[in-house]
Amino acid sequence: MGFSLLEELPKLLWLVIGVAAFTGVIGVLLLVVDRGPKTRRDWWQAAFFLGPAALLLLLGTVYPVVRTTALSFMGRSGDAWVGTANYVWMFTQPEILIVLRNTLLWVVFAPVLATTTGLVYAVLVDRSRFESVAKSLLFMPMAISFVGASIIWKFVYAFEPAGSDQIGVLNQVVVWLGGEPQQWLLNQPLNTLLLIAVLIWVQAGFAMVVLSAAIKAIPAEITEAARIDGASSPQLFWRITLPSVWPTVTVVLITISVQTLKVFDIVRTMTGGQFDTSVIANEMYNQAFRYGELGQGSALAVFLFVLVIPLVIMQMRSNRRAREQQ
Amino acid sequence: MPTSPRSRITVAASLPLILLAGGCSYLSGDSQAADPESADCEDFQEWQGHEGTSVEVYASIRDEEGERMQRAWADFASCTGIDIQYEGSGEFEAQVQVKVDGGNAPDLAFFPQPGLLERFAESGDALPAPEGVQEKAEAGWSEDWLNYATVGDELYGTPLGANVKSFVWYSPGFFSDNGYEVPQTWDELIELSDAMADDGVKPWCAGIESGDATGWPATDWVENVMLRQNGPEVYDQWVEHEIPFDDDQVADAMERVDGILRNPDYVNGGHGEVQSIVTTSFQDAGLPILDDECGMYLMGSFYAAQWPEGTTVAEDGDAFAFNLPPINPDFGTPVMGGGEFVGAFADRPEVVAVQEYLATADYADRRAAEGAWFSAHQDLDLDTLESPTDRLGAEILRDSETVFRFDGSDNMPAAVGAGTFWRGMTNWINGDETAETLSYIEDSWPSS
Repeated sequence: MGFSLLEELPKLLWLVIGVAAFTGVIGVLLLVVDRGPKTRRDWWQAAFFLGPAALLLLLGTVYPVVRTTALSFMGRSGDAWVGTANYVWMFTQPEILIVLRNTLLWVVFAPVLATTTGLVYAVLVDRSRFESVAKSLLFMPMAISFVGASIIWKFVYAFEPAGSDQIGVLNQVVVWLGGEPQQWLLNQPLNTLLLIAVLIWVQAGFAMVVLSAAIKAIPAEITEAARIDGASSPQLFWRITLPSVWPTVTVVLITISVQTLKVFDIVRTMTGGQFDTSVIANEMYNQAFRYGELGQGSALAVFLFVLVIPLVIMQMRSNRRAREQQ
Repeated sequence: MPTSPRSRITVAASLPLILLAGGCSYLSGDSQAADPESADCEDFQEWQGHEGTSVEVYASIRDEEGERMQRAWADFASCTGIDIQYEGSGEFEAQVQVKVDGGNAPDLAFFPQPGLLERFAESGDALPAPEGVQEKAEAGWSEDWLNYATVGDELYGTPLGANVKSFVWYSPGFFSDNGYEVPQTWDELIELSDAMADDGVKPWCAGIESGDATGWPATDWVENVMLRQNGPEVYDQWVEHEIPFDDDQVADAMERVDGILRNPDYVNGGHGEVQSIVTTSFQDAGLPILDDECGMYLMGSFYAAQWPEGTTVAEDGDAFAFNLPPINPDFGTPVMGGGEFVGAFADRPEVVAVQEYLATADYADRRAAEGAWFSAHQDLDLDTLESPTDRLGAEILRDSETVFRFDGSDNMPAAVGAGTFWRGMTNWINGDETAETLSYIEDSWPSS
């Protein structure tokens, strides 16, 4: 089945129509705002530009939240109230408890390890001769989607029986060291940690770039003064660098934590949630859409939402603080 | 170019409008239709007179299979003027729910699992089959088959394709070279397996990796043994949850499967240890048969499409299949299988017309002529079936001696049939205890 421009033409046309309609709407909006009453102009403009966004936000975010919360107290097809049964189910089913435990493992390990890796790397390559090359190397995985990264790592962990050629890097190394090839993704909780490695691989670059900028922003006078006072490199790191970049570290930590909570693609691509590697986002999809258990899926979604809220609030606070400091 | 701001605005505003109008009129352009009076269209006279209408069809059938299916109904579409818009998706099971919930239901959907169709029938989204469709369905299929699409007293779907999931694939050459014979009873099957193991060949290949759906080939093992060991009645009770999932009879069946799938002397030819079953994809799992690295592979009739190009699938070729032998002679020759059912979410006349046509022998013959397909339609012309395994499958399904049962996991609630049963079996092969696995699945059975 090849690509035929003629056959794809209708799709392209739809694209053009969509873009044209969008431009049309914006054009009309601009015209209306331009022709609007001259009094209280600011108010008009604000209402016109914020209105559509607010409407979409209401439809796309607020309404789903309300509906999902309501559904989480209803039965499998969402037509009868069952009280808190879905939440009881969530915290009593051994299978779901493993899901919750895995999510916890992800949230504890992924952000911390990714941020630490990024920070250590940023400090190590700072002002070195090959800084830009070294940085691009670590940053490159950021350009790969989670699904793409998962497929790459699937090959890293790939298993072939002992005696045959190993196609997985990890098992090849094990064989070279004289060991038996392992089925890496089968045994919990190691498999979850190996999945977390994928997220770290992707996110460490982000942490590194942001933290490196923060390190460069430390005034040279401070580091020089510390050096003159005879501070060693570790002392410099613990007493000067880390405290100076701490606000940035928290921002990075929180950003990656939010990413981690909704991790779905990595688990789905690498194990499909098998072998006790499932996480909330994956289980929520399974319950709601594959199993038709709308209530249970919604309860998981609400729980995930509740977990994300404090992180978002912290994020907003630290952002505001950072702005005030400037 | 106009230069005053006003005329620029006019141009800027009218350009999108022109594009919109032009694009829309292009897209609504009519497709090529055959002359309804021509001889080629004679078969479709019953359904003519729907020019300019279109019917949306959504299913999980994709790629080559999807193309063949669309070729099979192409003549029908052009003669009746119904534009059949087909969409195949790998995420069908989840997305059909999303589409229906979103008020975006397709006109027709092909359900590979009667349990899923039942869910939509119970929620009132799927529509009962209209009279004409019912007549065609009753003329074409045995009661067994229609029962799977019947909810309450109403028929909600018509069978489409079929497959047999009790096939044991083997290499006829390897069998004759070593003096092995196709076993007729379960005892012979085990004797054969032991003989192969003694000759230094792992008798069985297995692999249950299937992405999201990992585990389903293992459930087929349990279902096949359940049906053969305990008979169709107990099998039905088990599927309907009239006996618990961790009943002793199920545990006994698991025991028998255990003796094969978790027996290090029996598996896993060409792939590694017992645990390699969970990481070997079901598509790759049977291939070592061609290299004589394993003797047998239990997999559906659709596995015929997985053999590499140049493999002769025939009774005297490189690969062929036999029906997994019976365990208890009291229960006849049991066969487990699957298939799709056409369910409708709309009852516009053109939708009914397509539904009716898909239930005819004419469609079945045309689809069979495109290759790699058969159905349980009683009037399907067996001569159109090119592949010997398709013919074998169709003959088994048509044989009145055959005790046919639908793939049990497809009839269980999705939370079990597409969830914990798959996951439980995967963990079981990975080392979980039998009792632990069965009670895990039993506990997950939805209460309401």
